[in-house]
Amino acid sequence: MTATPLVEVRDLVTHFTHRVGLFGTRREVVQAVNGVSLDVAARETLGLVGESGCGKTTLGRTILRLVARTSGEVRFDGQDVFALDLAALRRMRRRMQIIFQDPDGSLNPRLSIGRAVREGIEVHRLARGAEADGRVEALLAEVGLPAGSAARYPHEFSGGQRQRACIARALAVEPEFIVCDEPVSALDVSVQAQVLNLLLDLQARRGLSYLFISHDLAVVRHVAPRVAVMYLGRIVEHGPSDGIYQRPLHPYTQALLTAVPVPDPKTKRARVVLAGDPPSPVNPPGGCPFHPRCQHPGKNESCRTVRPELRELAPGHQVACHLADR
Amino acid sequence: MSPWRLAARRFARNRPALTGAVLVAALVLAALLAPLLTADPLAQPDPVRLQNQPPSAAHLLGTDPYSRDILSRTLHGARVSLVVGIGAALLAVTLGAGVGLTAGLAGRRTDQLLMRGVDVALSLPRIVLLLAVFAVWEEAPAAAVVLLIAVTGWFQTSRIVRASVLSLREADFVAAARALGTTGAGIVRRHLLPHIAAPVIVSASLDVGNIILLEAGLSYLGLGVRPPTPTWGNMIMDGKDVLFSAPWVALAPGLALVLTVVAFNLAGDGLRDALDPRAAA
Repeated sequence: MTATPLVEVRDLVTHFTHRVGLFGTRREVVQAVNGVSLDVAARETLGLVGESGCGKTTLGRTILRLVARTSGEVRFDGQDVFALDLAALRRMRRRMQIIFQDPDGSLNPRLSIGRAVREGIEVHRLARGAEADGRVEALLAEVGLPAGSAARYPHEFSGGQRQRACIARALAVEPEFIVCDEPVSALDVSVQAQVLNLLLDLQARRGLSYLFISHDLAVVRHVAPRVAVMYLGRIVEHGPSDGIYQRPLHPYTQALLTAVPVPDPKTKRARVVLAGDPPSPVNPPGGCPFHPRCQHPGKNESCRTVRPELRELAPGHQVACHLADR
Repeated sequence: MSPWRLAARRFARNRPALTGAVLVAALVLAALLAPLLTADPLAQPDPVRLQNQPPSAAHLLGTDPYSRDILSRTLHGARVSLVVGIGAALLAVTLGAGVGLTAGLAGRRTDQLLMRGVDVALSLPRIVLLLAVFAVWEEAPAAAVVLLIAVTGWFQTSRIVRASVLSLREADFVAAARALGTTGAGIVRRHLLPHIAAPVIVSASLDVGNIILLEAGLSYLGLGVRPPTPTWGNMIMDGKDVLFSAPWVALAPGLALVLTVVAFNLAGDGLRDALDPRAAA
């Protein structure tokens, strides 16, 4: 990569502490994000995949400083996001936005779509009165909602339309970077493609950068030229989509890929079935976080004791596995 | 259509709720117009010959043991009941919402302090407390009755509001507002208050009836708003000794009391049904 990336994440750690026990005397630490580094270049999409509970949502929210980080760094356009004071942070918020998984819960049911989209315009005083109305209308049209939607309420729309409204709300402040947190997972398959294409159109037209979070590898492949695979709070494999999809190096990625359905009933594949649930992020296993579920035939003692670091095994293709090159 | 208008429409379609609301409106109107509609409730035209008279053209609901006009006293009594009932309910709800919001938004320490305080307050018997205060404070004005009933009645509301705030805080639309750069005050005003309003309105409207009964109970015992100011409670007290010879003395305020409480409860139930988010649009 030549130019400075738009978003740089370095060794980001987000732990949640909560009190447990009868009197809240014992503390439990959930290690949601455990030392993640990644870059998103301007106008680029980085896909982030992993099982539910692996920390991808927390990572997205920490990058936007919606969740407090424990350590590490996030730089946006060279500025340290966690060093900003509140006024500077509010200015920064204009430049980075988020779209949530559940369009139901991310729209306030008591606000009309128009007022929801207007919120960012008002907060940042981008326009007022009739000009603001005009902007709202233009944004709603841009995301493909019918004229007259502004006066209507979330319950009057379908899931796909609500997600379009959320996209319009995020676009209202003219951001450069959007965290798309499972933006299509809650939608019908037929609607998913429409919303994905809308996101791709908007990216081309507005020059947006996306961090595209999903558990659906097929969806990520469609939108992201570069993919990071996350497991238990860590990136375990990272590289160009073509490389990862054609020659996955990490046993976890291999297992995930064999779970993607192939639209050809004649194809026979050796399916790698992952046994059990991912371990608890409260008490992650030592060594390689994946070792308890790993089915690699060469699994050995170092997998249990030494945590593998990301190593570059092909150009731009990194993997955190002791056995990947064997 | 906005959620508030949908709720208004649901309410208007609910026959009992509408009946309750109409009755409440009529009561408020009657209480407001009482001085114009009826004679002086304190006048004792003839304490010897006009006492305990049955209803007649001159006294539509009869007279009490002091020859005072019962219709006039009942309408004037409505003023005390409504002022205390509505006033104390509004005040209590405001206090409860304030404490609940603070507890829900503030840190763990403040939250714990406030909510453990509420736990303690809820364990105190409200009626005994009020009896003790008004037994000592003989000249308590109506405002003091409103204040004390409110101060001893906001605890449940604060719990409801705190619980709503805690769940709303985690809502994605609040996260979206933060991501947009909306300030804390803006989030409270735009996203929290409109959601808290519905349960708070319901809890206040259902509380009015209870407070009216509580005030009547205090008045019946001669506490709170004192005679000769007419209250339904002290009117029933006046009729207690002549319950069999002149039943109308206690009957008029008693019926008024029942009607009022039923009206507020019907309207409150209707509000709850209309505002319940689970009632599908």
